[in-house]
Amino acid sequence: MFAQLAYYLSYSFVRNALIVGVLIALCSSLLGVTLVLKRFSFIGDGLSHVAFGAIAIASVMKLTNRMFLVLPVTILCAVLLLRAGTRTKIKGDAMVAMLSVGALAFGYLLMNIFSTSSNLSGDVCSTLFGSQSILTLTTTDVILCSVLSVVVVLIFVVFYHKIFDVTFDENFARASGTKAGLYNLIIAVTIAVIIVLAMNLVGSLLISALVIFPALSAMRVYKSFFSVTVCSAVTGVVCALIGMIVSIFADTPVGSTIVAVDVLAFGLFTAAGFLQGRARVVA
Amino acid sequence: MSQISVQNLTVGYEKDIVLRNLNFAVNAGNYLCIVGENGSGKSTLVKTLLGLIAPMNGYIIFDEDLSRSEIGYLPQQTDIQRDFPASVREVVLSGFQGRMGLRPFYKAEEKQEAEAQMRRMGISDFAKRCYRDLSGGQQQRVLLARALCATKKLLLLDEPVTGLDPAVTQELYELIASLHAEGVTIIMISHDVEAAVKYATHILHIGDITFFGSKKDYLNSQPGRRFLSGKKERGEK
Ligand SMILES: Nc1ncnc2c1ncn2[C@@H]1O[C@H](COP(=O)(O)OP(=O)(O)OP(=O)(O)O)[C@@H](O)[C@H]1O
Ligand SMILES: [Mg+2]
Repeated sequence: MFAQLAYYLSYSFVRNALIVGVLIALCSSLLGVTLVLKRFSFIGDGLSHVAFGAIAIASVMKLTNRMFLVLPVTILCAVLLLRAGTRTKIKGDAMVAMLSVGALAFGYLLMNIFSTSSNLSGDVCSTLFGSQSILTLTTTDVILCSVLSVVVVLIFVVFYHKIFDVTFDENFARASGTKAGLYNLIIAVTIAVIIVLAMNLVGSLLISALVIFPALSAMRVYKSFFSVTVCSAVTGVVCALIGMIVSIFADTPVGSTIVAVDVLAFGLFTAAGFLQGRARVVA
Repeated sequence: MSQISVQNLTVGYEKDIVLRNLNFAVNAGNYLCIVGENGSGKSTLVKTLLGLIAPMNGYIIFDEDLSRSEIGYLPQQTDIQRDFPASVREVVLSGFQGRMGLRPFYKAEEKQEAEAQMRRMGISDFAKRCYRDLSGGQQQRVLLARALCATKKLLLLDEPVTGLDPAVTQELYELIASLHAEGVTIIMISHDVEAAVKYATHILHIGDITFFGSKKDYLNSQPGRRFLSGKKERGEK
């Protein structure tokens, strides 16, 4: 089996896929903790649908690199949603729902009307679920993905304590002079970037899973922000690696395989958390 | 010069006015208790002082050497989620954020200071525990330690003893009194008039009748007598 793995790894597109996959999983699981705790998970979900709509537009316009359209559109929507969400909770919720279903519908409609591809449902399916597309990444994709991921990780490390501050108690943060608005903006933009990156790996329907599962798993067992963040990152990366390797061997769609592994990990962590709780009660 | 002076301040939410034409001043070293019925607007006033909501009218003037970010704040309710993973140490350290600007990491002195505040609040033993797993009284002490990391000048406490048992309440009051004795200005919202009368130097009563003045004047004033006797009657029933 290892020999076979080494054989696969000798192909540069497999190596690229693994590198990009790991980087994306790292970013999304890092920011996932904040997303879950700030109750922004719904924004993440909405954004992934917006990204789908943007991809549809980009492919209709026959752009050579779709990222250059998808990224700004998604970032813009992230900023708008954050604005709406902070004013009134319910309106924000409704707006996300509107935006995400609307983007999904229009995206599919556009692809249907203008598509010249003979395999339309295949195209749509791979945009939604990611399918095998990670193995067909171009060098530009890999470079862009790597650069953006590194930037995201750096932003996260530099703003780690601020992110904790505005996530834990935003009122206190504001009252004591932290620029909560600015950091919320940074969080929203970063999330948008991650979502666009992750589209390549798991497709737009499954992104949320990549973002929230590692965080939720870590929160089952660990009790401090730091340990949850580290555990979430490690879980995210390990699950992505396992998922990608399994998908290469078993020839399964890469996105859903990774998410399946994430779900399994969540089950394991839940069990571990339960046992931990029991042990504490007994002791 | 007063640390904070409030002139003709009107506070409220969007179009709903909660309190009109407030005037009062807090000098360095004062212990001001804000009393009033439920819903009279105490928390709203505090949020306005902190800049969390904008004043509808009037002025809040801060002394030159007190910027708004130098107010330590203990909120009435924290809508922190039940399962938020945050250790006590992480919460206390976050008190420094307001003064850090863009600096990303805590300095060694700040870490030491946080340890010192935790020791003083008697929470060093839980430093690594999850904030959410602590009792109400322990949580309040964690938040107090955080507020003390934010400032040494002025503490704003919104009903810090709500839900605490009498012994713990007493402990917390003594802690606050000892901070006051060290020169920290205290502004505290309280329903506990007896404590207000015992510890405060000044009283701001808000509601139908507004009163601001020293504790002695308050005890002799009409709203003061009514509020005190009202509380007693209810207490006896
Ligand atoms: N976010 C809000 N939006 C609109 N109105 C509000 C909001 N929060 C409070 N109010 C209203 O403002 C008034 C004052 O509320 P506030 O919380 O300041 O009272 P309080 O004096 O702190 O009461 P308590 O003793 O119960 O803490 C109340 O009538 C309340 O309904
Ligand atoms: Mg209140």
